[in-house]
Amino acid sequence: MSAQGGLVVEGLHKSFGRSDVLRGIDLSVAEHEVVCLIGASGSGKSTLLRCVNLLEPIDAGRIVVNGEEITAPGVDVNRVRRGIGIVFQAFNLFPHMSVLDNVTLGPRRALGLPRAEAEAEARDLLTRFGLAEKVDDYPDRLSGGQQQRVAIVRALATRPRLMLLDEITSALDPELVAEVLEVVRGLAREGMTMVIATHEMGFARDIANRVCFLDGGVILEQGPPEQIFTAPREDRTQQFLARIIAAGRM
Amino acid sequence: MAAPDPGRRSRILQGGFGPLTNMSIALVSTFVFLLVVVLLIVNAPGWETVKQSFFNVGEGRDTFPLVARAFLLNVKMFLIAEALILVFALVIAVMRGLPGPVFFPLRALAIAYTDFFRGVPTILVIYVLGFGAPGLNLTGVPTNPVVWGVVGLVLVYSAYVSEVYRAGIESIHPSQEAAARSLGLSRAQALRFVILPQAVRRVIPPLLNDFIGLQKDTALVSVLGSVDALQQANINSAADFNYTPYLIAAFFFVIITIPLARFTDWLIARERRRRQAGGVA
Ligand SMILES: Nc1ncnc2c1ncn2[C@@H]1O[C@H](COP(=O)(O)OP(=O)(O)O)[C@@H](O)[C@H]1O
Ligand SMILES: [Mg+2]
Repeated sequence: MSAQGGLVVEGLHKSFGRSDVLRGIDLSVAEHEVVCLIGASGSGKSTLLRCVNLLEPIDAGRIVVNGEEITAPGVDVNRVRRGIGIVFQAFNLFPHMSVLDNVTLGPRRALGLPRAEAEAEARDLLTRFGLAEKVDDYPDRLSGGQQQRVAIVRALATRPRLMLLDEITSALDPELVAEVLEVVRGLAREGMTMVIATHEMGFARDIANRVCFLDGGVILEQGPPEQIFTAPREDRTQQFLARIIAAGRM
Repeated sequence: MAAPDPGRRSRILQGGFGPLTNMSIALVSTFVFLLVVVLLIVNAPGWETVKQSFFNVGEGRDTFPLVARAFLLNVKMFLIAEALILVFALVIAVMRGLPGPVFFPLRALAIAYTDFFRGVPTILVIYVLGFGAPGLNLTGVPTNPVVWGVVGLVLVYSAYVSEVYRAGIESIHPSQEAAARSLGLSRAQALRFVILPQAVRRVIPPLLNDFIGLQKDTALVSVLGSVDALQQANINSAADFNYTPYLIAAFFFVIITIPLARFTDWLIARERRRRQAGGVA
């Protein structure tokens, strides 16, 4: 099943009612590769990531994760999702649970690990990400940056081989962005395969192996960050980047 | 600009003169108000007759222990019914939220159930069950009217309580379910570990409100002839041509419902404070 890692998306179509959001997405991400998705708000970045995690049913196309076609009928979606971590823009921590319980929920209930084992692993992970003092706190006691780091640890706790990050710094105060991006850089160094939707162009530039520009429901242009950011081929990409520069985000 | 003095601000908000003075003003004004009411009643032309039939000390002393013992039946019915309602109503609420066409019959059943039992008067349900069910003479079907009274209360109150649960479930943002499912939890696990704990916490005040109603409505079971506080009061009142036993019964209901009501208010106030402090729901 897990012969070759990575992600392949072929001819993915997804519409909500009469609006065609994704109109034939083709994307392949090799194992250990980091791909950044850029594109205007509403261009379908979140929808694409949610489709890959099977949180949205797709209309057409196929998605292959770690060599397994996860969009095939009869696939156990719960098992597939355990192997894919996703982190959301709004953190979506469970407010009624301590940090430790947030992190152990997946391992205990989805992987079936005994409590002691799950907690020991969670403490290790939290310590590695500088959250050792926060294990017993509730999410509303944490800063935005700490919450988002907990959300990353929670997603890592089921030991996924693919991580999907959906604008994970967009809801943060500017001074908290760096600590979260540092965590993502650490994951990249360790060789985690990642697809990252982001508006942080500077970050995309130095972390991505490849940048994909999403526009009109397709990946209009993709390439290494130097090429996309300095010599984009498509007019739409140039216009998008010009707007980003005008907004002072690059 | 100087920070506003907190004492001054709260004085403005409450429209008072500081906590201690406020308290004594409240005490004095309550006392004066009660005095006026009592004087009005005591000086009414019919007071002597009313006093004899409703506030008869001798009658009160004699019936108090009887009504008290009978009231234990109300408490017992209340506790049993409440436990059953909490579980049964949750089942109905979850049934109603099941997704997809496969579960349509269950959803429809849950909707029909809540519509029906919220529409029918409670006393009618108790009558029909209490007199109808034992009349079937089926073996294994209990003939004790108290059992059927409690079943009636459970059926009616579960319809209300399931709607309270449902409102709680629907108030939890879908992103919470998405987060749980993304970890690999099944639908049922997401419901059990993520959605329901938050939903139930949110609806505790309205749940307690319904239970205040339930506590009172245990008296309806007396129409089936079981001797609860109300029925005992009926018996003594009829025997002694005096209404004092009814007031005794009322006293017992109130000493249970008033603390429940205050506790509910306290929970609601705490929830409000928490929301204001945290800035998030
Ligand atoms: N659940 C949904 N129902 C209806 N429309 C949706 C839903 N989710 C996303 N959309 C629409 O799909 C489009 C793409 O949204 P999204 O994937 O969130 O874009 P991005 O993440 O790039 O900003 C938007 O027009 C949005 O309104
Ligand atoms: Mg988005």
